[in-house]
Amino acid sequence: MNLNYFELFELKPAFDIDLAALENNYRKIQSESHPDRFVTATSAEKLASMQTATLANEAYQTLKKPTNRAKYLLELQGINALVDNNTNMPADFLMQQMEWREAVEGNATNLSGMHRLLRDIKHEAATLQETLADELDTKKAWQAAAETLRKLQFMDKLREEIARKLAILED
Amino acid sequence: MAYSDKVLDHYENPRNVGSLDKNDPNVGTGMVGAPACGDVMKLMIKVNDAGIIEDAKFKTYGCGSAIASSSLVTEWLKGKTVDEAYAIKNSAIAEELALPPVKIHCSVLAEDAIKAAVADIKAKQLAAKVAA
Repeated sequence: MNLNYFELFELKPAFDIDLAALENNYRKIQSESHPDRFVTATSAEKLASMQTATLANEAYQTLKKPTNRAKYLLELQGINALVDNNTNMPADFLMQQMEWREAVEGNATNLSGMHRLLRDIKHEAATLQETLADELDTKKAWQAAAETLRKLQFMDKLREEIARKLAILED
Repeated sequence: MAYSDKVLDHYENPRNVGSLDKNDPNVGTGMVGAPACGDVMKLMIKVNDAGIIEDAKFKTYGCGSAIASSSLVTEWLKGKTVDEAYAIKNSAIAEELALPPVKIHCSVLAEDAIKAAVADIKAKQLAAKVAA
């Protein structure tokens, strides 16, 4: 039995998923495969339940985060969207990334400036995520979706960078 | 993960950080990014009339290996012809910096930045010729 992550949680493979159902089905599998239930079981049953728990954990982590979910959906289509050696992003996009990185650097000691940047970046990321949902679920435009996902990865990195700087500022 | 001494040296004392005038007809700009890690790299080269790279500057937002790779290539580029620059391979960068396999993509980013900068200056020169 080789279920993909969506099937494991009885979900339709899509970017826009029912997160509450994901959460519930994950908890259900975790409790069903909990070691306490297998105290008197055979070693084969113990092993199988442990493997199920591990798989469910991996699947849950993958489907919970939007960028991971999109990456996985594209993998089901045979597309590796985030290959290491793909450096060819649109020039205007990279220019804007560079400007944002510079702004983050320039506002490193300015709390309100950082919060403003974070708001702008979250807004941009939300727009990209809507585009991604449309490309994956409605248009089934896999290559376009791969490109949007790559853009979102840069936005994630920016958010991490700002979070790190904010943690220092607010400390 | 432990960085090699050469990576640390470039990371702590990066060479040629900054920008050149992007509107200068003799300046080529290469912008690349690695989605897998979110690194962005900008490389600018200034080429004289003999086709020799006189100056190179970079700005990289990324990990130590990405910064070291771009810092190193700015040193290598000065004095080279654009064609020699275009021929620089990521494997040479990775070898010089003793990059571990998981950081090879940082050297790929630097190689691609050179190629993008060379393509930009060639396109600029061609446009200037056509306009003349």
